[in-house]
Amino acid sequence: MPPLLNARDVTKRFGGLTAVNKLNVEIEENAIHSIIGPNGAGKTTFFNCVTGFYRHEEGTVLFKGEPLDGMQPDRITREGIGRTYQNIRLFQNMTVIENVMVGYQSHLHSGWIGAVFHTRGQRDEEKRAVEEARKMLAFVGLAGRGDWMSKNLPYGDQRRLEIGRALATKPDLLLLDEPAAGMNPSETVDLMEFIKRLRSELGITVLLIEHHMQVVMSISDKVTVMDFGEKIAEGTPQEVQNNPMVIEAYLGKGATEYGTVGSH
Amino acid sequence: MKRTSPFSWMTPVTTGLIGGVVALFLCLVGIVEASLGRYVITGIVTMGQVFVLAVYAIFAMQAAQKAAPGQDEKPAPFRTLASGAISGLMISVVLAIFVLLGQQIDLRAVFIHATPVLYDLLTFGLGVPQGIFVLLGFGILMGVLFGAMALLPSALRRSLGAGLIAVPLVAVIYSSLFSGRGLSAFQALAVFVVVGLALFLWGRYQQPVRARANALPARQQRSMRLGLWVVAILFVLALPALGTYPSEVLVITGIFVLMGLGLNIVVGYAGLLDLGYVAFFAIGAYVMAILTSPEITWFPFSGNFWIALPFAVLAATLAGVILGIPVLNMRGDYLAIVTLGFGEIIRLVALSDWLKPLIGGSNGITQIPKPVVFGFSFDNPQKLYYIVVIGCVIAAFIATRLKYSRLGRNWMAIREDEDVAQAMGIDLVRNKLMAFATGAALSGLAGALFATKLTSIYPHSFNLLVSINVLAVIIVGGLGSIPGVIIGAVALVGLPELLREFAEYRLLVYGAVLVFMMLKRPEGLLPEARRKLELHELSPDVAE
Repeated sequence: MPPLLNARDVTKRFGGLTAVNKLNVEIEENAIHSIIGPNGAGKTTFFNCVTGFYRHEEGTVLFKGEPLDGMQPDRITREGIGRTYQNIRLFQNMTVIENVMVGYQSHLHSGWIGAVFHTRGQRDEEKRAVEEARKMLAFVGLAGRGDWMSKNLPYGDQRRLEIGRALATKPDLLLLDEPAAGMNPSETVDLMEFIKRLRSELGITVLLIEHHMQVVMSISDKVTVMDFGEKIAEGTPQEVQNNPMVIEAYLGKGATEYGTVGSH
Repeated sequence: MKRTSPFSWMTPVTTGLIGGVVALFLCLVGIVEASLGRYVITGIVTMGQVFVLAVYAIFAMQAAQKAAPGQDEKPAPFRTLASGAISGLMISVVLAIFVLLGQQIDLRAVFIHATPVLYDLLTFGLGVPQGIFVLLGFGILMGVLFGAMALLPSALRRSLGAGLIAVPLVAVIYSSLFSGRGLSAFQALAVFVVVGLALFLWGRYQQPVRARANALPARQQRSMRLGLWVVAILFVLALPALGTYPSEVLVITGIFVLMGLGLNIVVGYAGLLDLGYVAFFAIGAYVMAILTSPEITWFPFSGNFWIALPFAVLAATLAGVILGIPVLNMRGDYLAIVTLGFGEIIRLVALSDWLKPLIGGSNGITQIPKPVVFGFSFDNPQKLYYIVVIGCVIAAFIATRLKYSRLGRNWMAIREDEDVAQAMGIDLVRNKLMAFATGAALSGLAGALFATKLTSIYPHSFNLLVSINVLAVIIVGGLGSIPGVIIGAVALVGLPELLREFAEYRLLVYGAVLVFMMLKRPEGLLPEARRKLELHELSPDVAE
């Protein structure tokens, strides 16, 4: 079976800086795949190339076997790739349920006429959208918070809402950019369980950028390590933890003798 | 033991000095003098005096409030009153210095409004040495009086304030619409008492009344709401009974409401700053003129208002789409500049010699007929008003429906964060175009009504100021709020129309109002209330 997402020789430059350099990543269907690496390694840049916010200069990204290169971000979302952001980017002045309903919007069809004349189709569709959004809120653990202004949610709930909003686009592949950032240990454990549920209950493939090694090592099927825009290692969590190149990238030269990444 | 917070006696002094400068500014710019002819209370108080009084009131209250201790602190009535008095005195001092200076040097060479009439007003007609003392004493008195308001409980203070504001407001409307004279002292007192008392009672009994209304059975609640609607509709329908001139003002206000509702979709919902909104207004007006005026002979077709109306709206919509496609990829400031340019281009094209044989250049197009239905001609403002109201109702209906739809949510998402909206699968250009075109259509409708109201149109009616006025209307009313548009149009278009002696100060007042709003109430007069979607639309057991 071909990989769900297949990035071939993807290169992105900002002026003289090569942020992503000939990156090859294959993400198997139904996998939980992590990308790790020090700050500035090019992980988020890669996300932006996949989702269409940056245009990569070279290489190609195949999703379900079809190239995504040059597509607008909204089109890519409709193809089935959802994402969250490193620094939470909710629609702050919209309610919680409205945020989810915006995510759901590409599965609705009514337009100007339907809205103004409240056609039967539009009414049914809106009702369905509200129901689906409520189910999604229940799924991410925000049931009953639908009428809150999203900026008033506590931090952890904002993260959940952002994931719920991305899930509402009904993606096949979900890109999570540091979902555990700023979470306390118990919230982190919940998050790990939640990511596993995404796969088991919704059948979603997850691509994860994460600094939290405990999360990465315990839930990933495969880990890709980046440094200075290049892939320096790839494999199962065990393989990667013991890879000297990885330890060097994280802890500097000479650290190899002292231990392994993520074994604490 | 209760303590009072630290306090500096410099605060009322500076507050008063600022107030003095403001009062002086109002005098020198001519507002005070221009409105001396308009009585608020016949024979006693003129509008000009009200302006100066308002400065004393606002700044003395401000100073007193700053000096008043917080709620859980020990009250300090002396400090509060003294602060008011000091600030009042400082306002008078500034004015007194101005008067004394005016006696020595001829200020009129620079400030044309520094007339003897003004000096007379400021010295209470008593001449220099006595008048100055009276002025200073008056300042202290006003300061103490208005400072005392800070000591009152807030409900009482608010009612008193509203009563005081209501008197000149009612007087202005009354005098420009009916009598040309001000209120009598008795009428003024009546207005003050009625408004103040009504507000006081409402503040006091609002909650129990609401609670009781909510406790009523659903059927009764519905009929009560229906009753309120009927009253509101009857009120709106009865307004032209005020006469021809008030109806004229209402028609203009209505046209701005219409434009405001349209621009509200573009700016308030979708967050696209459009400064060339007047272009679509102009296109609607010109299409209406071309299709109906007998003056236009080159166009093979000359129809009536009703045939022309859809074409005017369509043309404006089309213009919105054509302009929108290239520019909607731009963001914020760039979009504002491009649309600004577009608005000017349309006006200059209408003015140009090139199109003069077709649309009359600076001579415009005249003889635009009035709408006729089955032989009934809407030939005066009182009748035309109803057509404008129908237009506004349709526009408000469309705006409300769109707001609470998928399209409305998409617009809001684009306003909040364009990138993320796109990442949610929203086609930016398509959705923005919808907003732009809807806004343009409503502006075109307003333009068509405008043309038929005036029966003649000229390019100079379609300048940048129209765009700015509409924008000010929706900002003051509250971005995104539909009732806000109506309030904004009444406040910024209707009222200034009544105060015609202030025509030349209109922009000054706009500027002041906008600055004040941005500082004190950036969400607008009637901000949009977020709708409760989850808890009230469906029964709560759907998801769980």
